[in-house]
Amino acid sequence: MKLNLKIWRQKDAGSKGKMMDYTIDGIDGDMSFLEMMDVLNEDLINKGEEPIEFDHDCREGICGSCSLQINGEPHGPDRLVTTCQLHMRKFSDGDTIVIEPFRAKAFPVIKDLIVDRSAFDRIQQAGGYISINTSGNTQDANSIPIEKENADDAFYAAACIGCGACVAACKNASAMLFTSAKVSQYALLPQGQVEATERVQNMVRQMDLEGFGNCTNTGACEVECPKGISLENIARMNREYLAANIKG
Amino acid sequence: MSGLLKSSIARKVVMALSGLFLVFFLGQHFVINITSVIAPDTFNSWSHFMGYNPLVQYILQPILIAGVIVHFVMGIGLELQNNRARSVKYAKYKGSANASWISRNMIITGLVVLAFLGLHMYDFWVHEMAYKYIEANPEDPTRYYEETVYKFEPIWRTVLYILAFVLLAMHLLHGFASSFQTMGVNNKYSPAIQTFTKIYAIAIPLGFAFIAIYHHLNPITH
Repeated sequence: MKLNLKIWRQKDAGSKGKMMDYTIDGIDGDMSFLEMMDVLNEDLINKGEEPIEFDHDCREGICGSCSLQINGEPHGPDRLVTTCQLHMRKFSDGDTIVIEPFRAKAFPVIKDLIVDRSAFDRIQQAGGYISINTSGNTQDANSIPIEKENADDAFYAAACIGCGACVAACKNASAMLFTSAKVSQYALLPQGQVEATERVQNMVRQMDLEGFGNCTNTGACEVECPKGISLENIARMNREYLAANIKG
Repeated sequence: MSGLLKSSIARKVVMALSGLFLVFFLGQHFVINITSVIAPDTFNSWSHFMGYNPLVQYILQPILIAGVIVHFVMGIGLELQNNRARSVKYAKYKGSANASWISRNMIITGLVVLAFLGLHMYDFWVHEMAYKYIEANPEDPTRYYEETVYKFEPIWRTVLYILAFVLLAMHLLHGFASSFQTMGVNNKYSPAIQTFTKIYAIAIPLGFAFIAIYHHLNPITH
């Protein structure tokens, strides 16, 4: 498979970047998107050019490291997969693929396709934890009964890998889906009730401070999320936030 | 309180509540207007009541105007903030892949509806204020039906109104359902709520368009 690639190149955070054209040949449909990028980088290194920087780690779709806006969509045209799990069979010979970093003021570009997603870490640090000591005195899992529906919803919310596709997809660069998943995974469980009020207030405050946009309920985040995080989490966070502020 | 209003969720709730209030107003406006087609005498008496009742004039009318202003000012503020959240735009952004055009362009449909409100206020409200307070005409409970029908005599005004109603329907199709999500309502009743909001979003503007066309096609001849 022969492909034309338009890729964002940027020397460092302070430099102005630009789209550059590359042509690549011999790509197999069974390769992952990142393997295609590896082949391109091999070519560049062999030619004495600087390889293209991009984030990746597990390459199993569970770590949340890989990103990339591919042909205008985070993690590309496939659904419920990260970029590392996107296969080249989704493209055709002669296709032009536009590859850009996730764009948001709160996700500044560090180099080429790598963005700084530490804003998510700071949101998590603002309240995404419980103060109950679980080390050394772990209780039996069934000692606190939890409704199946709540346990399932908490689990689904906790499946968020914090990749930032929700922000990248949203026309407002809003981080509501991420933040709401992190709020929900605790809000649904009894262990999360101790800090419930402060958690949602602090995490939303941090989310706003980071410069993310506002949710306008377009639903783009839910469609593009590789883990299928539901918009129900955003409604739940809104409820939690309103309740927390009414309580004062 | 000022700190709370800086929060993205609180601002969204203000948008949702003011929007729901305007949706409710639209419904009662339609109920009054449809009587101009089916019972002109009722239309006259209800319009006269709305035009001269002190509670409507001095309490409800200012609340309505405030509702429009709050919805507009907050909407523009959020739009500007959202634009700032992505200062460097994508070279290629495929918004249609994951969200409807309507949901992505509420600012466009909203601004068109606002521009229409300007024309609508000029047509009816400014005329009414001048009639009552500047020209100081005596009360005439029978004038409203004729005045309304007369307004829709020119084809250009009828067409502009219909266009505005189409844009209004688009705005409501996303906005009405969206306000429930913002208020935290996303549960087993949501599919039913969604269906209701979508029917309302189409039926009410369609009804307004019907009234405009009906009066255009049935002018009063003396």
